[in-house]
Amino acid sequence: MSLATIDGQRAALESGEITSVDLVQRSVAAINQLQPVLNAFITVDAEAALAAAKESDARRSRGAAFGPLDGIPIAHKDIFCTDGLRTTCGSRMLENFVPPYDATVVARLRRAGLVNVGKTNMDEFAMGSSNETSYFGDVTNPWDTTRSPGGSSGGSAAAVAAGIVAGATGTDTGGSIRQPAALCGITGVKPTYGRASRYGMIAFASSLDQAGTLTHTAKDAALLLDAFCGFDPRDSTSLDSPMEPISARLDDSLAGLKIGVAEAFYDDGLASGCRDSLELALDELRSLGASVTSVELSNLYLSVPTYYVVAPAECSSNMSRFDGIRFGHRAAGCTDLAELYTRSRSEGFGDEVKRRIMTGTYVLSSGYYDAYYLKAQRARQLISDDFARAFASVDIIVGPTTPTPAFGLGDKVDDPVTMYLNDIYTIGANLAGLPALSVPSGLVDDLPVGIQMIGPPLSEARLLNAAHRFQSVTDWHTRVPNVSTGDGK
Amino acid sequence: MPLSQADVQHIAALSRLAFDEQELADFQTKLARIVAFVDQLTAVDMEGVEPMAHPLDLTQRLRADDTDETIDRDRYQQNSAEVADGFYRVPRVIE
Repeated sequence: MSLATIDGQRAALESGEITSVDLVQRSVAAINQLQPVLNAFITVDAEAALAAAKESDARRSRGAAFGPLDGIPIAHKDIFCTDGLRTTCGSRMLENFVPPYDATVVARLRRAGLVNVGKTNMDEFAMGSSNETSYFGDVTNPWDTTRSPGGSSGGSAAAVAAGIVAGATGTDTGGSIRQPAALCGITGVKPTYGRASRYGMIAFASSLDQAGTLTHTAKDAALLLDAFCGFDPRDSTSLDSPMEPISARLDDSLAGLKIGVAEAFYDDGLASGCRDSLELALDELRSLGASVTSVELSNLYLSVPTYYVVAPAECSSNMSRFDGIRFGHRAAGCTDLAELYTRSRSEGFGDEVKRRIMTGTYVLSSGYYDAYYLKAQRARQLISDDFARAFASVDIIVGPTTPTPAFGLGDKVDDPVTMYLNDIYTIGANLAGLPALSVPSGLVDDLPVGIQMIGPPLSEARLLNAAHRFQSVTDWHTRVPNVSTGDGK
Repeated sequence: MPLSQADVQHIAALSRLAFDEQELADFQTKLARIVAFVDQLTAVDMEGVEPMAHPLDLTQRLRADDTDETIDRDRYQQNSAEVADGFYRVPRVIE
């Protein structure tokens, strides 16, 4: 098994072929080599990573490894608080913020022995679909560096696609894991809302935000998810329900799996190459024993406008904590409190964040709440009911992840609405709180595209099972982009 | 409904954000575009549909009101631009 995957690294560590120090040194060398081209990282912690790798090797050599993943290097999206390591959320506002604690996702992966090599670049406060709103510069797509890797988890996607690390964490509020995974040719998973703890994950839209994974394979995703998902008393919306190991069911047969395909996903915006790739993928799934029927998602067309009311509304509320006083950027020389708030925020936030705060403030302001926010929460119920009806007759829904392959950097920055429409297929799962993933399903004009699988609440094991079986008969997830460490997969 | 410059200024004031003339004009155009886009929702009849409170229909979990962990104040305050004697310093608020 190659060292490109977490499972391959796990096996090599177990057999003693390689040490954690070797793996971490390889990752750090790859960051140094590719950072000038990809800009996938905001902060690199080579010294601490090597120290942690040495401890891991020592544990393993005395037979006391924390678990099978002990010693494997990963990277965290810079939205997860890391104890003692700068966490910027891609913003000038938090340029110098050093969290005094770990996010639960970070703490659990640390306790499983995984080694964090650095914090990946992202759209500012996760608000963007192209990684172009980051204060720390654009990330480029390893398949074509004139193009966007997608966003907001663009740095994590680029780092995994290029082979810098075999896995990285991300967050998905409207598609921010699945869209960059599709555009970079890797696997991205967003669990059920409440499955992964939001504690220490800097909030954008609290009713939609969910932590997940970016990896090459579904199996690797399952290994990471098993290590960090599950109930956390520190997150008031964490699901307190039992969780079977996702990785235990990967090899189950797909015979009898009922797949739903929705007409709503086949709109005019779907590029013909993405459509063809989806059809071929459905054929592969049929050959594995699944049946495909059509389902109705008649309100799905409302998902983007609904999202762009709900998400900015929650954003404007969450962003109000940035007042320049306890943490974050503080403007110099202010003479009164109002000036301190206004100038600190105006200097600390970038344009897209300001636009979303403004939109959210508008839709929540006196006289507009019923017309926008309440209406959007009603539309959200309609969309959720559509999914629930569909899942009464099918096990999972399969569709495209994105309307097109990666778009050029700069192509969509002038019109926010055009950018927002790029998330048209992914947003529904967030609004309804459903688990969803994207797996590589083909190349269109030499650029990767993905298919999306959406399941009912808590169906992660079934989704990852379908994705893993799909990857056992396809090789799109093993393709190597132009910019990579050259290690191959 | 078109957004006037005064509307945008009002929203900016509520948001505690300040813009110069040029930025204000740019935000006015882009916000109007976003508002026109989300206005699609107002055309849909949703009479009788309950607004969603939680995607999985759960209610807020409560915990026992017990002391568990405490924070290290000095460490937390290292992220503030200005502290003194354990307090956060701000411009004078009482004349």
